[in-house]
Amino acid sequence: MKFLLDDEQAEFGRTLDRMLTSAGAPAAVRAWGGGDTGPGRALWKRIADAGVFALAVPEEYEGMGPLPVELAVSFIELGRHAVPGPLVETVAAAVLLGGPAECLDTSAAQRWLPRLASGQAMASLAMPAGGPYALDMDTADVTFVVGQGETELHTASGHGTVQPSIDPARRLAVPHIAGGVPLVSGADVGAATRTAADWAAFATAAQALGVGLALVERTVAYAKQRTQFSTTIGAFQAVKHRLADALIGLEFARPLVHGAAVALAGKSPDAGAEVAAAKVAAGDAAYAAARTALQLHGAIGYTAEYDLSLWIRKARALRSAWGSPSACRARVLAAPGG
Amino acid sequence: MDLDFTAAEDAFRAEARDWLAAHIPASPLPSLETAEGFAAHRAWERTLSADRWSVVSWPARHGGRDASILQWLIFEEEYFAAGAPGRVSQNGINLLAPTLFEHGTPEQCGRILPAMASGEVIWAQAWSEPESGSDLASLRSTATRTADGWLLNGQKAWSSRAAFADRAFGLFRSDPDADRPHRGLTYLMFPLDADGVTVRPVGRLDGKPAFAELFLDDVFVPDADVIGEPGCGWQAAMSTAGNERGLTLRSPGRFTAAAERLTALWRAEAGPDDTTLRDRVADAVIRSRAYQLFTYANASRIAAGGSIGAESSLNKVFWSELDIGLHETALDLLGPRGELSDEAADAPAEGGWADGYIFSLAGPIYAGTNEIQRDIIAERLLGLPKGRRS
Ligand SMILES: Cc1cc2nc3c(=O)[nH]c(=O)nc-3n(C[C@H](O)[C@H](O)[C@H](O)COP(=O)(O)OP(=O)(O)OC[C@H]3O[C@@H](n4cnc5c(N)ncnc54)[C@H](O)[C@@H]3O)c2cc1C
Repeated sequence: MKFLLDDEQAEFGRTLDRMLTSAGAPAAVRAWGGGDTGPGRALWKRIADAGVFALAVPEEYEGMGPLPVELAVSFIELGRHAVPGPLVETVAAAVLLGGPAECLDTSAAQRWLPRLASGQAMASLAMPAGGPYALDMDTADVTFVVGQGETELHTASGHGTVQPSIDPARRLAVPHIAGGVPLVSGADVGAATRTAADWAAFATAAQALGVGLALVERTVAYAKQRTQFSTTIGAFQAVKHRLADALIGLEFARPLVHGAAVALAGKSPDAGAEVAAAKVAAGDAAYAAARTALQLHGAIGYTAEYDLSLWIRKARALRSAWGSPSACRARVLAAPGG
Repeated sequence: MDLDFTAAEDAFRAEARDWLAAHIPASPLPSLETAEGFAAHRAWERTLSADRWSVVSWPARHGGRDASILQWLIFEEEYFAAGAPGRVSQNGINLLAPTLFEHGTPEQCGRILPAMASGEVIWAQAWSEPESGSDLASLRSTATRTADGWLLNGQKAWSSRAAFADRAFGLFRSDPDADRPHRGLTYLMFPLDADGVTVRPVGRLDGKPAFAELFLDDVFVPDADVIGEPGCGWQAAMSTAGNERGLTLRSPGRFTAAAERLTALWRAEAGPDDTTLRDRVADAVIRSRAYQLFTYANASRIAAGGSIGAESSLNKVFWSELDIGLHETALDLLGPRGELSDEAADAPAEGGWADGYIFSLAGPIYAGTNEIQRDIIAERLLGLPKGRRS
């Protein structure tokens, strides 16, 4: 057993971190929230060029995957940099189209997967497991929809009113199926859908973990330089202990995210429960980190113009996306392994 | 990155499992915090050591199996899954032994370790004093030089199992003029039945009498029982403290086994409709799994030549809170029976929850309080400035 990232995996994370730092992700997030998706799309292309989406696409469709451990590494970084867009949905769509290609119609896979891998196409996705909304449908190049009963996969023909999320960089809409292109039907769609939902929850968990890490990093930096009562606030024990607790939550969510990646890679029968556990832990830890970050920044943390807000609001949104805490907890106890 | 065990590790697991199944006492032993239970647990240590299962990670020459850290984790998982008795020798095995491996002489190791492994000599930790708990370096008990050894004087407090143990190890002030509180301390060992030692049992929260205060009045200790250099006791003690908080004190097997028992209790008692309890049971399962995987990651890091330092403080806070959460949830699940002591006629047969609960309450206090651990995390892992402490 070696439950550690290897050097290459760790370096991949560092490379993405450097790239996203130099790309100035916060400006792209703000533009995306304001309806200008240009900078976000440019960022998307760079992320694709780094190989992130290819990690979810099988080799026969011009991808490198599926490589869930590397995907966890990437999504932690995407979360740390608050990158906008249907990142999770694009990955889950790739899994939906590509993973069980042996049982699904391959023409849809052939048409879409190489474009998802290369970043040419941004996909959104709606499935019963993820609730009624699709993320960023107004920007995505295609939205895949699995109907109730999980026997039919379509592309959406359009969508209802675009609705704002608590996170201004996320927009939600209910997709229309009527008039969309039917891609596959049959009982196999159900199995493919459940696998894709697991990957969506997994990628969301990794992204949430990254969001939480960024919140703690930024708050530690702030606590070291903000002075009150003639001392840096980071020397106050009440401040230290809140940050220590935030770190504990995140550092114990991390191995669950990695454990879920290993379970997905091995197609373990417990993978669904491992993913659910990771989603609960990372969601809770990121949310707790957001509460701590806001409290320790004081009023400046409560202002939209200060960048911390980008992560604070995302932490809350990701808790609800792709598996509520309660649904995931139920899943943990329903597992074959108990 | 993987979680696969080698064939040799699987074989080790199977061997441990078979041995435990064949040797675990048919009915649970009485609490090791009582005189009767202490004796029964000492006998169990003897049984374990006869087949070299009492200290699997030690070198074979001291009674161990040279087990790797991963094998040790596997053994612990099997041990707790099998419901084997608590370890009355754990202070010695987890705290004194690692210190001797690092700072002891070959003579000390040869003399002390085998008798520890067999349960023949059971050790108590004599660190805390009435006025010195978290601020251990403020301790006042003294070691005064004599011709061929040292004379100990003072008082120690909260010493687990000292009422029935054989010997103790602890820190004493040997140079009252040292410039800093943690200099001029000497680490040494003494028999609890030596002339000048008075052991006063103190009931714990559950009233069990193995906890004790020690009063020391000119207790003689030969030079052979000093660990490391006189005056340099702090350094030796701190390597022990790292062990205590880190991996060895609480291996994940304890919590994964408890989480499984909790899940079974939930299925039997509550059913899926009570979502509040369901969520708490799920959290206990999730957190014990997180602790297990976190430990596998640390073990992998150590196996690859790395080490864990202040990270062990993350461990300490996490497992102590997890332990309380597990037990509180179990008691809440039991409804009106949740207040019954484990000895009560109506207590659940798969019991131990009430005793376990009372014990879990001490977790955030001993082995360095969780407040002290949070300071360490904030200062050493997050790099926040030191506060007023020390
Ligand atoms: C079940 C049990 C078994 C034990 N077994 C042993 C044993 O075998 N051998 C042994 O030597 N000792 C043992 N101890 C003692 C244990 O090590 C001490 O209780 C511990 O170090 C805390 O010291 P204290 O109890 O004096 O509390 P204090 O140090 O007086 O602390 C009281 C409270 O103040 C807080 N506090 C203190 N300093 C700070 C600070 N700087 N910042 C924030 N908060 C602070 C503490 O966190 C705590 O909440 C045991 C204790 C228990 C409960």
